[in-house]
Amino acid sequence: MIVFDKVEKWYGSFHALKDVCETVAAGEVVVVCGPSGSGKSTLIRTVNRLEPIQGGRIAIDGRDIHGPSIDVNELRSHIGFVFQQFNLFPHLSVARNVMLAPMRVHRMPEKAAREAALALLDKVGLAHKADEFPPRLSGGQQQRVAIARALAMKPPVMLFDEPTSALDPELVGEVLTVMKQLAAEGMTMVCVTHEMGFAREVADRVIFMDAGAVLERAKPEDFFLRPQHPRATKFVSDIRHA
Amino acid sequence: MQDILDILRDYGLLLAVGQFPDGPIGGLALTLILAVTGLTVSFPLSVLIGVGRTSHHPAIAWTCTAFVTLVRALPLLMLIFWAYFVVPLIIGRTVSALTTVICALVVYETAYLAEVVRAAILALPKGQTEASRSLGLSASQTLRDVILPQALFNAIPSILNQFISLVKNTSVAYIISVSELTYSAYQINAQLMTKPLQVYLILAAIYFIICFSLSRLVRLVEKRIDASRKAPVAAGSAA
Repeated sequence: MIVFDKVEKWYGSFHALKDVCETVAAGEVVVVCGPSGSGKSTLIRTVNRLEPIQGGRIAIDGRDIHGPSIDVNELRSHIGFVFQQFNLFPHLSVARNVMLAPMRVHRMPEKAAREAALALLDKVGLAHKADEFPPRLSGGQQQRVAIARALAMKPPVMLFDEPTSALDPELVGEVLTVMKQLAAEGMTMVCVTHEMGFAREVADRVIFMDAGAVLERAKPEDFFLRPQHPRATKFVSDIRHA
Repeated sequence: MQDILDILRDYGLLLAVGQFPDGPIGGLALTLILAVTGLTVSFPLSVLIGVGRTSHHPAIAWTCTAFVTLVRALPLLMLIFWAYFVVPLIIGRTVSALTTVICALVVYETAYLAEVVRAAILALPKGQTEASRSLGLSASQTLRDVILPQALFNAIPSILNQFISLVKNTSVAYIISVSELTYSAYQINAQLMTKPLQVYLILAAIYFIICFSLSRLVRLVEKRIDASRKAPVAAGSAA
């Protein structure tokens, strides 16, 4: 479904992605991990063109998404993206956050958009917060709203950029529960995360990146118990002791 | 002190509303009309220019930057002279001094307010734009639904501060005989001849009272905005 083919990315003279070749199949849950600065966030940000690439090709369902004929707004409306910092719109109510894109991009009438939003909020366990404003919610609640907001466009694929890294430890679980539920429903997911429990429970595959390159790909249990690459070994031991 | 009270008794009405209702409106009323009109007309223009300054389109960004840079490098008084001679040339007929002043104030105020708008846009976290664009909203939808509502709300105190300086800036209208507050005081002084200190003390006091009250209002608004950021309940319940 998503194919990375020899992807190269530079920030000035900094080589952020080096010859990344990877395939994510429909329905697959892939966890991307690696030390900070390894390029994992950059990698998933290239998938919805938040970051341009300088070489190679990224295809979604066969379409070259960095190609000139791509309508970037249309492309992005089919890719759910969840940020580390949630990035909810603080001036809009929770329901309005979820309704905005369907109403603007799909021209959905307000009433239908609200019904759909309430159903999604119910799914993430926050229907009772629909008319609250985001700054009044806990981090975990905000991130669940952000997931509902992304789901409102009915994307066939969801990208998660360290969705639990900005959360207090006791709030991580509620977000992971929602993500597990999505995975169980067959959503194609690419998650940048260090949550080993999540990776072992729901990921089909773990990709380990360091210094812009993919160094290892393995089944979660193999990766966490028997990492092959020396830097992967060190990484796994570091996060165990964290 | 008695002098001041006498002047206020004899000329208070002139200072407040000019010749109105027998003649044209003037004095403090005209000063406030100039300031409010200046702000009302320049605000939408400044949003356009401020947004244009942040545009990724080089021609748009350059044009808006050039306008702001040019106007901010010129004294207001000079803009008034220019408007006095240039506006008739552009529209092909003479215009009243009042229109001239309003045009000059609008051009001047637009440049400064545009910078306020631009700063407010740039102060928003980048994640707001990224989140909106990631949902598939276009750049203009993002601006309208996500960026401007937040940026303009945050800019309210700065906009009010600009308004305060605009109230004071209207005084230069006196140079082309628009009978606003300063011009009225100037006329009164010319009639009395012997009491310039008292007349201009009254003038100063009026400007001070207006601008001081406005700056208290700004503080109040700032506090309410701060409070709404910590717990945005007031705006909430019905949405």
